[in-house]
Amino acid sequence: MAEAYENKLTQSQIAELAIHCENAELEAYEITKITDDFPQMTYKDAFDIQWEIRRRKEERGNKIVGMKMGLTSWAKMAQMGVEQPCYGFLADYFSVPEGGEFKFDELIHPKIEAELAFVLKDELKGPGVHIGDVLRATDFVMPAVEVIDSRYKDFKFDLKSVIADNSSSSRFMTGGQMADIADLDLKNLGVVMEINGEVVQTGAGAAVLGHPAASVAMLANMMGERGESLPAGTFIMIGAITAAVQVNKGDAFTVRYQGLGTLSGKFA
Amino acid sequence: MDKQLIQQCGDELYTAMLERTPVRPLTERFSDITIEDAYNISLRMLERRIESGEKIIGKKIGLTSKAVQNMLGVGQPDFGYLTDKMAFSQGEEMPISERLMQPKAEGEIAFILKRDLMGPGITAADVLAATDCVLPCFEVVDSRVENWQIKIQDTVADNASCGLFVLGDRAVDPRKVDLATCGMVVEKNGSIISTGAGAAALGSPVNCVTWLANTLGEFGIPLKAGEVILSGSLVPLEPVQAGDFMSVSIGGIGSASVRFV
Repeated sequence: MAEAYENKLTQSQIAELAIHCENAELEAYEITKITDDFPQMTYKDAFDIQWEIRRRKEERGNKIVGMKMGLTSWAKMAQMGVEQPCYGFLADYFSVPEGGEFKFDELIHPKIEAELAFVLKDELKGPGVHIGDVLRATDFVMPAVEVIDSRYKDFKFDLKSVIADNSSSSRFMTGGQMADIADLDLKNLGVVMEINGEVVQTGAGAAVLGHPAASVAMLANMMGERGESLPAGTFIMIGAITAAVQVNKGDAFTVRYQGLGTLSGKFA
Repeated sequence: MDKQLIQQCGDELYTAMLERTPVRPLTERFSDITIEDAYNISLRMLERRIESGEKIIGKKIGLTSKAVQNMLGVGQPDFGYLTDKMAFSQGEEMPISERLMQPKAEGEIAFILKRDLMGPGITAADVLAATDCVLPCFEVVDSRVENWQIKIQDTVADNASCGLFVLGDRAVDPRKVDLATCGMVVEKNGSIISTGAGAAALGSPVNCVTWLANTLGEFGIPLKAGEVILSGSLVPLEPVQAGDFMSVSIGGIGSASVRFV
């Protein structure tokens, strides 16, 4: 981020935009990207909006259960026309148990992605966090599927708008088989996504910033810019290993992970 | 197509390969060419290679991804023959500028059999039981047809667009790896260009070998103990040129790398 880490929006504009974005999420309707109306918006403004949405949810009694990275593949960044990854938070009601159903009608235009999740045993605090720190601080790794659902019309956004929209976070599922990090070849770890019994995507861990742990390091460093850390126990989804696949009501999916079992569920 | 025309087409493709001069698609010139004609043409091309001293060391399976099958409008893979002159070792330079004309690299899993497999009636379990080991592999495909303007008959006649290949130097017992979920990472000149997993080829590389055993079985041809079987690409094809360096790694199997000159 070349620009200075400062605000161009006022506190009341940030609060209003947080309500604007969160309502679209809660009531499942589309909005246009907010930088159209606020071209002066900075990255700090965008993150402030996201953190205000987080505050609003916590104030309402929701728990924050983890973090996610988004736009972590070079292909995805190019596809979306953004320059770097972003992060978002996961609220308790985003979680759907393994084998469960995602309620299609609660979402706008959901897509699913095959991911991995890291669970930390030690705190990570940027700046300066590298892959080695992440491996040392990781308790275990487990499979995850993320459902992304940008609130922006036709998934058209820029990096600042998507950050303000909690990086398209919507729902997720985790389960399968946990594993110690030393037992996994994370770069070469393969995933196979099937929808309605047909293989639609395959990929390997290196699709995420070259190494899945690099994504966690980047998250720690980005959070560090705000003085925030990732405490021990944090659940972190690293970003998509496969391309995001659009789903329809009634679709059933299974994602198979090399050495980590499978996750399956459906959109009802 | 009659015998004479089949021989003529096979000779033409053989010469095209030697002289590195691509030809117009056969399907443009012979609109009634069948897939069977095309396999007969490929056998003529192979005959010429054997006459010149090449030895058959295995087979390759092509068109194993849904995307490529859809592009060519076919619902099945194809196959070609591997000869000793196509094989390179890990760490060797691969002389694509001398040998090929429009090369593209793909990452695959190679099977080495310990027992003959003779279709029909071969199942995935039979293939696993007959497999001695699996290895990482780069296949560099090439087309003797101008600008890769191929229909299914063109690539079948052209020995399934086979070019050259290199095997990694680590062989793994198939019992030790989940061939459907094993991940593949391909790097070119130090950048990751694609990732995939075993299921990208017909749901599993094992399915590809099963298909080949059953398809060849219809013609009374076995897959033989000791043969190398290239099971089909798990990633999109990548055009390459002299000076490029590529590596492929496969989770639970190992890696192969190749330098193109």
